Amino acid sequence: MAGSTLHDGSSPLNQAAKQTSDDAHGYYVAGEPLVDPVTPTGPIADRWTTRRFENRLVNPANRRKLDVIIVGTGLAGGAAAATLGEAGYNVKSFCYQDSPRRAHSIAAQGGINAAKNYKEDGDSVFRLFYDTVKGGDYRSRESNVYRLAEVSTNIIDQCVAQGVPFAREYGGLLDNRSFGGVQVSRTFYARGQTGQQLLLGAYQAMERQVAAGTVTQYTRHEMLELIVKDGVARGIVARDLVSGEIETHLADAVVLASGGYGNVFFLSTNAMGCNVTATWRAHRKGAYMANPCYTQIHPTCIPVSGEHQSKLTLMSESLRNDGRIWVPKKVEDCDKDPRDIPEEDRDYYLERIYPAFGNLVPRDIASRQAKNVCDEGRGVGPLVGDFRRGVYLDFTDAIERMGADVVKEKYDNLFDMYERITGENPYEVPMRIYPAVHYVMGGLWVDYHLQSNIPGLFVTGEANFSDHGANRLGASALMQGLADGYFVLPNTIRDYLADGPFEKITEDDEAVVEARRSVEKRVETFLSINGSRSADSYHRELGHIMWEYCGMERSEEGLRKAIDMIRELKKDFWTDLKVLGTADSLNQSLEKAGRVADFIELGELMCIDALNRRESCGGHFRAESQTEEGEALRHDEEFAYVAAWEFGGEDGSPVLHKEDLIYTAIEMKQRSYK
Amino acid sequence: MATVTAVKNKRSSRSTIALKLLMALSGLIFIGYVLAHMYGNLKAFSGQEAFDSYAEHLRTIGEPLLPYSGLLWIIRIVLLVALAVHVYAAYTLWARAGKARTTKYAVTKRVNSTWSSKTMRWGGTALLLFIVFHILHFTLRVVTPGSNSDSPYERLVGSFEIWWVSAIYLVAMAALAMHLRHGTWSAAQTLGLTNTASARRNANLLGYLLAVVIAGGYSLIPVFVLAGVIS
Amino acid sequence: MNLTLKIWRQQNPADKGGLKTYELGGVSEDMSFLEMLDVLNEQLNETGEEPVAFDHDCREGICGSCALMIDGQAHGPEVTTTCQLHMRSFKDGQTITIEPWRADAFPVIKDLVTDRSAFDRIIQAGGYISANTGSAPEANSVPAPRDKATRAFNVATCIGCGACVAACPNGSASLFLGAKITHLGELPQGQPERDGRVASMVAQHDAEGFGGCTNIGECTAACPKEIPLDVISQLNKDLRTAIRHGH
Ligand SMILES: Cc1cc2nc3c(=O)[nH]c(=O)nc-3n(C[C@H](O)[C@H](O)[C@H](O)COP(=O)(O)OP(=O)(O)OC[C@H]3O[C@@H](n4cnc5c(N)ncnc54)[C@H](O)[C@@H]3O)c2cc1C
Ligand code: HEM
Ligand code: HEM
Ligand code: SF4
Ligand code: F3S
Ligand code: FES
Repeated sequence: MAGSTLHDGSSPLNQAAKQTSDDAHGYYVAGEPLVDPVTPTGPIADRWTTRRFENRLVNPANRRKLDVIIVGTGLAGGAAAATLGEAGYNVKSFCYQDSPRRAHSIAAQGGINAAKNYKEDGDSVFRLFYDTVKGGDYRSRESNVYRLAEVSTNIIDQCVAQGVPFAREYGGLLDNRSFGGVQVSRTFYARGQTGQQLLLGAYQAMERQVAAGTVTQYTRHEMLELIVKDGVARGIVARDLVSGEIETHLADAVVLASGGYGNVFFLSTNAMGCNVTATWRAHRKGAYMANPCYTQIHPTCIPVSGEHQSKLTLMSESLRNDGRIWVPKKVEDCDKDPRDIPEEDRDYYLERIYPAFGNLVPRDIASRQAKNVCDEGRGVGPLVGDFRRGVYLDFTDAIERMGADVVKEKYDNLFDMYERITGENPYEVPMRIYPAVHYVMGGLWVDYHLQSNIPGLFVTGEANFSDHGANRLGASALMQGLADGYFVLPNTIRDYLADGPFEKITEDDEAVVEARRSVEKRVETFLSINGSRSADSYHRELGHIMWEYCGMERSEEGLRKAIDMIRELKKDFWTDLKVLGTADSLNQSLEKAGRVADFIELGELMCIDALNRRESCGGHFRAESQTEEGEALRHDEEFAYVAAWEFGGEDGSPVLHKEDLIYTAIEMKQRSYK
Repeated sequence: MATVTAVKNKRSSRSTIALKLLMALSGLIFIGYVLAHMYGNLKAFSGQEAFDSYAEHLRTIGEPLLPYSGLLWIIRIVLLVALAVHVYAAYTLWARAGKARTTKYAVTKRVNSTWSSKTMRWGGTALLLFIVFHILHFTLRVVTPGSNSDSPYERLVGSFEIWWVSAIYLVAMAALAMHLRHGTWSAAQTLGLTNTASARRNANLLGYLLAVVIAGGYSLIPVFVLAGVIS
Repeated sequence: MNLTLKIWRQQNPADKGGLKTYELGGVSEDMSFLEMLDVLNEQLNETGEEPVAFDHDCREGICGSCALMIDGQAHGPEVTTTCQLHMRSFKDGQTITIEPWRADAFPVIKDLVTDRSAFDRIIQAGGYISANTGSAPEANSVPAPRDKATRAFNVATCIGCGACVAACPNGSASLFLGAKITHLGELPQGQPERDGRVASMVAQHDAEGFGGCTNIGECTAACPKEIPLDVISQLNKDLRTAIRHGH
């Protein structure tokens, strides 16, 4: 980090963006520019401290009278429920699983970043901040990211105090590893199950509050609508997934911590139930959806084995440290036993194209190159459709160099998992990997207080767009979830709640009745279409479209085609869907139908957003915007803004509001891995 | 400001684990008793005099501090209490387990339970029946197959010479072996002594050892009587 | 491959329920067990019969949602979760019986879905370390011996699936309970609440209607995370200590 990139935060370093291209013309309506009404100023290092002090307090006696609904029990929601419960607010917590402990955060493997600098290797809050902004390809808000880096250290303290069993060194102190291509060791981990351990910590803290009576837990409940009264969020409509009852829950504030929408691609590494419904319903009620097209595709996943595939499994990125990635040079070798392909017929394409970084290039580059070689017909593994989607990740050299024992010690559990899923022994045959959708950086727009543009509606964790710009660094999502839940939201929501308790609204209020009726009507519709196709089949089809045209590489032509296809699919869905069973009992097909309906609408918006953003940044690669060598090319002068989309009505076009990204502490740089 | 939550303490002495602890303690008393009792019984190999005087000696131990049969009565009381506790705990846990799963599986496949662990309850019931029979036989002399001599040795030899009496005892010893095989390991686990894999292995080995030594040791007597070695 | 599936169908908690037989063809060895059920459900949807309800979410072996008794074994014939079980563990033409977990503390909601909220209540009774947000000392101020931290981690990997209860002849949740007691009890941070925690959690376990453990060991064999039996020993020991300390 050269000195010239450090600035004191006092003056802007870049200009507001002026977009000249207009690829999405006709698909959207231009709206007013957007500014964060609570954006902090002053030296970047003081912004959060000052804000915490300035935010108003809520009298302890009043907290009991304030109801807060939290949708989601992942790291973001679970931590918030525990903390707000401890503080004495009256919290209602919702999740669709049978227990809060099963939220999708449980699946995170690698670790969580924190600027503890325990290794004394030059890490600092500023460096974590810098890496995160740069990693996000300069498409995130600097104040938010700085705050994230700042509270990261408290997260580790908090988790250790709760009994999270992080890896330790022989002396009994915490261990760190380096992760995701950064040069410092700042990742805390609990073997390959960091997300699980962090989530159990938050879950247990939350259950403690359930016992104390401050948190009421509604499991197997799915939020299906937001209740907005006079422009303010006042509650939700949820369906009890067991009894089928449609319930209304009213509150002084609503927090959405409902996770990411990667499942719009059907196949992803996300849990099967991950959905966009909570945030999409809020979007339709007026909340802006920001940067929906930013998705992260992870290069090392187990490839699809056939049409029946329901989900993809992530293999740790660490495998790329020792494995070599290749495909056959000749198409006709692709169905051969890889061990019979001589060295000279193999194309170690990453080592060839990026001699400096080789197999360790960033996630998006590794993913895109894998797609390229497969598109050329040089993919390996079984034919799925008319395509082979896979490249080899070969440990032969590593086994020779380090010995099978060392490789076993380092990677045994991953190798076992691979063998369990594929039935192939990776010690003998090279592994096959392929990229898969893993994380979404886009989400509901929020201000510095994590409040959406609907007053009283807060959004935390992966559900918001806030901290990762166009690309997220490894081990930073867990950090964000817990930062939001334990430390940020509790300190910002109090400023809002200080005006409460708000005038009570009743069950027979017009806004409540309307919201409830719309949910009931939707449920009835799903059950009465009585067509011929399952919701799952529509989901699969949508996934194909999204992956093909809005996946790793997006082009103007492809995106236009995708939008048309999605619109057709939507029509077909509403006329030919078939949902059996009843509304008054557990009905998983019915649940699925609602989620797919929302994914279809989201898919269209993602394509429009991708079409508008004629630049390549982070996880978003536009074919039209690349260097001669095929590298991503950003256009800061046109696109250094957050694209916040307003719902344009049932048949209207979405409205685009732009929030300029102005940096005062970091200068924007074009990245290069050559 | 935070809401302080205190863990609400429940009466742990009423818990299933407390029942198990009682069971393990009473079981250990039994083990101690059967070991000592076996030592006494094996005196049969030393002939009538040794055996009968041992029986008499049991009654005179501690005299004059204790009355005649004093120690024996202490032992009897301890055993009776232990038996009551052991049986009460056993049947309470059995009943609980029954209520914990009222709908059975259509198919079950056990992969890790041993024969002895599966037969603890019926085996225990068999032992209870045996003990009743055994006391009626030797102590109360209500059932007196073969001989009702005042010499315990003669009663012993006389009855074991009858095949079905020996058979009852041998079957009981098999039940005892199984009960001990699982019971020893189980008691160690219940007492919290098996926190490592090696401790678990040792407790299991001890179970086998006690089963073989105790059941084997007792069985020698009816077998040798039948074989005519003891007469 | 072709399979005959005998699946427990039960409309709601009050319904009596029963096993129903289905024939399923075109199953590939590479499918996971749940993907096989997806195919069945797609087929049922077509023929107008309501699909089979079963719990699942991560399909990665970590969330603990999926819970099926397959031919009398919790999660089927391999030591893993149902979602990670693949059809190559079965033979063409095989008949497979699929039932929900059976325990009165886990009542059936529908088909193969049970209510495992008893586990949440056991955690509520004390399965935590009380550390209010913001009150934590610097993380490295209290070192934790590595062997204890490792043991804590090993048992903290419990996914709360309930297979231990499903497999235990007594319907006991001792393995689940022991895993949490051992996890929190091994760490220095867990000491202040240690006695109260075990007393409370055991009481809740009993109140939920789980059976007592008689050290049979089916639980550990069924546990997809291979939680060892010594956590039950630890549980017993901690409870004994708590009783001694007056709980
Ligand atoms: C395989 C995998 C590995 C990963 N590894 C890492 C890693 O090593 N490091 C890292 O930093 N990040 C990692 N990530 C990313 C990270 O796990 C997630 O971004 C993060 O956990 C999201 O947390 P969350 O609290 O925002 O939401 P989630 O954990 O997704 O929780 C969402 C919650 O919302 C509830 N919910 C959703 N919709 C509704 C609704 N309509 N009604 C009611 N409730 C609803 C759900 O029940 C759930 O409780 C990984 C992700 C995956 C998929
Ligand atoms: C009187 C009749 C008896 C009955 C009904 C009985 C029944 C039982 C039962 C049901 C159990 C526990 C079940 C289990 O762990 O699966 C048990 C445990 C045990 N029994 Fe017995 N038993 C009897 C006699 C004995 C005798 C004579 C001995 C010893 C010689 C003995 C020693 C033990 C031991 C050591 C245990 C293990 C305790 C534990 O699990 O912690 N029992 N008994
Ligand atoms: C071959 C095996 C056995 C033989 C030969 C045997 C013999 C005897 C004899 C001779 C007595 C009477 C002693 C006396 O009154 O002086 C007796 C008493 C008794 N035996 Fe055994 N026994 C055997 C096995 C067992 C076993 C396995 C148990 C326990 C599980 C047992 C428990 C008792 C008890 C409780 C008494 C009564 C003691 C008393 O209160 O007087 N015996 N036995
Ligand atoms: S102990 Fe094992 S079987 Fe029991 S709930 Fe935990 S992971 Fe599942
Ligand atoms: S199977 Fe059951 S009896 Fe105990 S050892 Fe396991 S809980
Ligand atoms: S679905 Fe999550 S463990 Fe099986």
